[in-house]
Amino acid sequence: MWGRVWALIVKELLSVWRDKKSRFVLIVPPLIQLAVFSYAATYDVTDVTVALFNQDQGLASRELVARIQGAPTFARLQVVDDEAALAAAIDRRDAMMGLRIPQDFSRRLESGQGATVQVILDGRRSNSAQIAAGYLTTIVISHNAAIAAQASQPVGPTLVTRVWFNPNLESLWVVVPGLVGVLTQVVALVVTGLSVARERELGTFEQLLVTPLRPWEILVGKTAPGMLIGLVEGSIIIAASQIWFHVPLTGSVALLYGALAVFLLCTIGVGLFISALASTQQQAIMGAFFFMVPTMILSGFATPVQNMPDWMQTLTLVNPVRHILVVLWGVFLKDMPAALVWHSVWPMAVLAAVTLTGAAWLFRRRMY
Amino acid sequence: MDALVRLDDVRKSFGATRAVDGVCASVPVGRVTGLVGADGAGKTTLLRLMAGLLAPDGGTVSASDALGYMPQRFGLYEDLTVAENLSLYADLRGLAPAEQGDTFARLLSFSGLAGFETRLAGKLSGGMKQKLGLACALVATPRLLLLDEPSVGVDPVSRRELWRMVHELADQGVAVVWSTAYLDEAERCHSVLLLDQGRLIYDGPPKDLTQRMRGRSFAVRGIMDRRVVQAAARRHVGVADALIQGAAVRLVLAEGAAVPAAAELGAPQAVVEPVAPRFEDAFIALLDRHGGPVPALPEIVHHPRPRGGAVVEARDLVRRFGDFTAVDHVGFDVAPGEIFGLLGPNGAGKSTTFRMLCGLMEPSSGVARVAGIDLASAAPEAKQRLGYMSQKFSLYPDLSVRQNLDFFAGVYGLSGARRKAVCGAMLDVFALGPMADTNAGQLPLGFKQRLALAAAILHGPDILFLDEPTSGVDPLVRREFWGHINTLAGDGVAVLVTTHFLDEAEYCDRIGIVYRGRLIAVGSPEEIKASARNPEQPDPTLEDAFIALVEACDREERS
Repeated sequence: MWGRVWALIVKELLSVWRDKKSRFVLIVPPLIQLAVFSYAATYDVTDVTVALFNQDQGLASRELVARIQGAPTFARLQVVDDEAALAAAIDRRDAMMGLRIPQDFSRRLESGQGATVQVILDGRRSNSAQIAAGYLTTIVISHNAAIAAQASQPVGPTLVTRVWFNPNLESLWVVVPGLVGVLTQVVALVVTGLSVARERELGTFEQLLVTPLRPWEILVGKTAPGMLIGLVEGSIIIAASQIWFHVPLTGSVALLYGALAVFLLCTIGVGLFISALASTQQQAIMGAFFFMVPTMILSGFATPVQNMPDWMQTLTLVNPVRHILVVLWGVFLKDMPAALVWHSVWPMAVLAAVTLTGAAWLFRRRMY
Repeated sequence: MDALVRLDDVRKSFGATRAVDGVCASVPVGRVTGLVGADGAGKTTLLRLMAGLLAPDGGTVSASDALGYMPQRFGLYEDLTVAENLSLYADLRGLAPAEQGDTFARLLSFSGLAGFETRLAGKLSGGMKQKLGLACALVATPRLLLLDEPSVGVDPVSRRELWRMVHELADQGVAVVWSTAYLDEAERCHSVLLLDQGRLIYDGPPKDLTQRMRGRSFAVRGIMDRRVVQAAARRHVGVADALIQGAAVRLVLAEGAAVPAAAELGAPQAVVEPVAPRFEDAFIALLDRHGGPVPALPEIVHHPRPRGGAVVEARDLVRRFGDFTAVDHVGFDVAPGEIFGLLGPNGAGKSTTFRMLCGLMEPSSGVARVAGIDLASAAPEAKQRLGYMSQKFSLYPDLSVRQNLDFFAGVYGLSGARRKAVCGAMLDVFALGPMADTNAGQLPLGFKQRLALAAAILHGPDILFLDEPTSGVDPLVRREFWGHINTLAGDGVAVLVTTHFLDEAEYCDRIGIVYRGRLIAVGSPEEIKASARNPEQPDPTLEDAFIALVEACDREERS
């Protein structure tokens, strides 16, 4: 019996590997995605251009400008001479933010009165602009502190921020572990989703059905290769995270793989479900995307789950990607203990049980 | 006579293969010209050259511009209806909307598709698809019509219809080119171009070629075991070809050979009498490609099975799809060593019956038993005993020949040294050794068929299910294939085969004709033919008998 299943697994791996196109699909797009996501999809804001309308010629304003110029985030200062030019620079997207320093800025500061500067943000780029504004605020606060120190005035309470787990707030540290989950999902879903549909198109599925293979043997024979390929894909990204991206892996590798395996079971169950329904590969691909896009968006990979409306947060509980991301970030960055990993693994185990039984049920029904 | 196509020393190569090699020919107006040849002889390439879809490497092709071309898989849009397909092709061909109504009405009645306008093309039977394809190719009223193997996968009734349509077109002055590997079709053409390995080996009326065979065709009648006689005849030096035809064995003698005595054929009491030659005799004699002796099948496959009883039992099988009853109380038995043929037009319930018997579909009611095991209760045990080969030659295209064999051996539970030995033997028997590491998807059709058969029998089944096993393969490959099947039947393997090819039905011990979901006739080919004998048709062919039975059934239905 295991001989039969083994023959099926070997066949499955061989046909994925020997077909040039499917081999290409397994290797190249994930690597490209890894590169693109890691380097392009960063949450850091750099290279910001600030349009500066400085109406003040005083020392304090020059000092502030120099501080902004010195900050790595702000690549360029574009000096403008009037209000209209400031507006135009933002309209044309030459600058992400505008800074207006009023005429009396230095004078008021010297006379010990408070002064204000005006910041104008490009709301079309709300996320980046807010982050840039945050940087600017930090600069202004430190500028204030310096002035206070010069004037030997007592300084008010200051905020000292220390970021745990990712001290330099490196986006890569968040993105790369996330990709372990996201990309293995894509690969496992495509491999299993296409496999039965492909055999249906070739007519080999019928040939399988007239052999002594039992439905569950076929199911196992289709699950194992997806699992294997998914784990290999995951390992490649984990290896890249260590060798290339130098993301710390603080937790237990065994826990990581255990959780990944449960996650893959969920995904493969969905893949087989799609496969059982689809009669052509085209339908299978559409089905896979229909599943993939919402699970990606509702996973917390791009936008935090905590920012979603309550009902949608509840909905994300049935999204396996959401759970695996918690484990991945946890194990990579903060040495998540087994008990906490289990907290995210058991929902995936339930989901896996549901999707696999569903697939098995549909498989039997759609067998003929 | 006017020629619509002129070919002058046309050459076309693909890599090292010379697909068309110096062909000179012409296609006259108002005639059906057959483009006949074995699989891979260059038929499709020549048609594509005529259609202007390929440029020749050498020589000249001149063909009429007003041409309609129907490739092997005509580009019907399966998700569009019959009418939508027609109007799509009319628009593509730039037919004025004002003319479309009349043209469609004419084509629909001509093709017998009137009444099916709103049916999806994907839901049509094979024969109806071909008729629709032909209708689409005719929207622009071409003067030259090129048809690439239009009758593959088409049942005898629809095939006859297609021929009627084509002859009608020729009478209207259209030049028709019909390519085929079926040699009985060659006889229906006004003239044939016979291709072999890219070269034109005959150009003229089919009768002239057949006449050359006068005095070389014989039938051996009054024999006990047809297969023994056939095997003996094959070994005989003076015999170029030996085929089972109903109860008799048909011989084609080598050129100048003496008529063999009945005793030499292992049947002393038999009578050897001359019969009229046919085109296939001439074709085989002309090609005369006899390989050496075929190696024997390995012991796991080739060993005597117990006789007696029935190994395939269909009892009152019924299958409903919604309100539609596809199979309506069908019952028959197949004994060990018996070749049983299931015949029927497309959509008659033949495939559904077949699929229920090999466990691909559950009957709505009734019992399907294989090797005494009910498929409903112990399918895996039953399936271990059966071999299955479908018309698609279901192989894994990205796996090599050897990997395909290995896989099927593994799935049937063969392992270790035994698996190695069986796979090795299969490579030898089917002459697949040199291609062992080639991907199955890249094999020529004839080799695919061999591999599919090897994969279906390597576990030594007691029952063999063959679903249109020789669809599209040429007469040479077909002969070799039936040679193996006969060996297995001789060992006591029961064979259940579906076919559209009525010559092939002659090889069966018994045939069952399925029509409208019911089994309307069962018996030996001789008995079936005898049932259709009447003063108008004193010696009906199996095809005549088939059509007579189906028509009688239709009349009964109406009255």
